[in-house]
Amino acid sequence: MVDSDKLLRFYRQMLKIRLFEEQVNQLYLGAKMPGLAHLYIGQEAVAVGVCEALRADDYITSTHRGHGHCLAKGAAIDKMFAELLGKADGYCRGKGGSMHIADQERGNLGANAIVGGSAGIATGAALSAKMRGTDQVAVCFFGEGALGQGLLYECMNMAALWKLPVIYLCENNMYNEYTHYSETTAGTIEGRAQAFGIPTETIEGQDVELVYRTASKLIERARKSDGPSFLLCNTYRFHGHHVGDIDRAYYRPKKEEEEWKERRDPVKLLADKLVRSEIVDRQFLAGTESEIAGEIKSGADFALNAPYPDATEVDQDVYA
Amino acid sequence: MAKQAQTTAGRAITFAQAINEALAEEMRRDPKVFILGEDVAEAGTPFKVLSGLVKEFGKERVIDSPISEAGIAGICVGAAMTGMRPVVDIMFGDFATLVMDQMVNQAAKTHYMSGGKLTVPMVMRTTLGATRRSAAQHSQSLHAWFSHIPGLKVVLPATPYDAKGLLKTAIRDDNPVVFFEDKMMYQQKGVVPAQDYTIPFGVADVKRAGKDITLVATSSMVEVSLKAAEILQASNISAEVVDVRTTVPLDKETLIASAQKTTRALVVDEGYERYGVTAEIASVIADGAFYYLDAPVKRMGAMDVPVPFSPVLEDQTVPTPESVAETARKLCGKM
Ligand SMILES: Cc1ncc(C[n+]2csc(CCOP(=O)(O)OP(=O)(O)O)c2C)c(N)n1
Repeated sequence: MVDSDKLLRFYRQMLKIRLFEEQVNQLYLGAKMPGLAHLYIGQEAVAVGVCEALRADDYITSTHRGHGHCLAKGAAIDKMFAELLGKADGYCRGKGGSMHIADQERGNLGANAIVGGSAGIATGAALSAKMRGTDQVAVCFFGEGALGQGLLYECMNMAALWKLPVIYLCENNMYNEYTHYSETTAGTIEGRAQAFGIPTETIEGQDVELVYRTASKLIERARKSDGPSFLLCNTYRFHGHHVGDIDRAYYRPKKEEEEWKERRDPVKLLADKLVRSEIVDRQFLAGTESEIAGEIKSGADFALNAPYPDATEVDQDVYA
Repeated sequence: MAKQAQTTAGRAITFAQAINEALAEEMRRDPKVFILGEDVAEAGTPFKVLSGLVKEFGKERVIDSPISEAGIAGICVGAAMTGMRPVVDIMFGDFATLVMDQMVNQAAKTHYMSGGKLTVPMVMRTTLGATRRSAAQHSQSLHAWFSHIPGLKVVLPATPYDAKGLLKTAIRDDNPVVFFEDKMMYQQKGVVPAQDYTIPFGVADVKRAGKDITLVATSSMVEVSLKAAEILQASNISAEVVDVRTTVPLDKETLIASAQKTTRALVVDEGYERYGVTAEIASVIADGAFYYLDAPVKRMGAMDVPVPFSPVLEDQTVPTPESVAETARKLCGKM
């Protein structure tokens, strides 16, 4: 059982991601954010369940849909917003933007705009942890679309051969951009890892407690040098592929979206559980929400008022 | 010249529609032509370039693939070697990194290595161009990489008219052709004939005649150079704008003749400047027009940095009409 303090913390973290992403959408709609962003809304329980089971010095690699992973690993709201707006106070001094946030202090080796592009990085971090004799673990987050990339299989093979402390964390939100995953994925997802002798677990990714418990088990296994594992979390993105993807009925039924939002919203599910188990009441949750909403608002305001990088920074940091 | 043909028959359509039309016409003409790529069918690609093609040609000829760039490129090489004429869609030119072995070590070399027996009549369509606030992994212009490889042809259309005519030529060519489309150009309109026509490879197009300086440009930089020419006009400098249209094969004669006439040349391209296609083109001109030149050949490419996200940084990394005009003015000794 997960104790109630922890559950409350999960709730805060998930709500933080939810409200952060809603604010990102507003910034986009208000033409305040350059470019696009891929919202994590609907998948919060995965990032939070996994990152809460990690130590601060453990590693993660993330994807184009990476804001949730960054926040769950402990990134600061104001510096995240600043990066999204291309400001000098952002995590990457405005050079990375939405798809490239990295937070070295918290073991976040970076989001990645190349689908599957971080399989090598996560596996390499695990190899490095092993060579350096630490007991750090690496989690490689990726969407089911990355199952199309050969790099993933090369890396899983080596991770299994060399018993590396890495967890391949597949978030199956059912769509590769605008195509249902069943049209792009032969056989079973788990079978791919099993072929390398990598143990797999498949769970409901909307249940943060379940994600946390399962991830904890696999992380402990990796920490004890028992090798890699593969965790498949079934989940759903509530918004479009990116903020501009509004008319999506041609590839995803509206009814399906509504069902997920109504019955499998991870934030709502946890709120219900907290109330049902009499850990807190609705009023308390409302208080938490307005508190977090305040943090989000001041983070966004900070970013909106922050300066752009100096023009001369453009050719700095090409080389170390 | 292209200019004249454009005005004879046609209507204004977008660059994206011109690509779409070329594909549709070629697929009607030749049942061996098919499209393979990510989100190409119902979605018609994220840029909506292929919208409607799946309706006419069905899912057997407009095939949605997994996110497997190396795989789809390789499958197209094999299909091309055995009688089909595939067009593979690589969404962002940045993903060229993933298809490189298939294009460079397989597609490009097969005809030569087989002593001329096997052919690879395939087209790889992809994109280039920055300033979309898409950051370092979705903004590069990597056509120089392919231009470096013997056995590949490389096409860089700059107008809807050129896009349709050159894509048809690409599909009918018996060699692997890499076809770059500027993402920022998709919604630009131009006059395009409704009927069939092709534009041969290796024929540069003088997009604007002039007498004081030659601006040689590719793809996205043709429009930039035309705007620069307008600016230069105001300071009484007459710039000729030559669009190379294909870097391989390269129309050396037209480039050299233009530089001989104007006595000055500036080469503008959106790929990284260092070791870019501008270097090759500048050297061709320096060689061929040496005794006519009044100034060293200059070149401008994208700044040699990963493309930054922040608009204030990104906008500095690509040549603009103003920066091209300024460099041209200096070359003409007017500043
Ligand atoms: C190698 C590569 N190919 C294609 C793309 C374009 N693209 C961006 S996101 C995406 C879909 C990814 O689907 P998935 O991995 O399931 O993640 P999700 O978007 O569902 O979170 C595609 C095809 C890319 N970024 N990288």
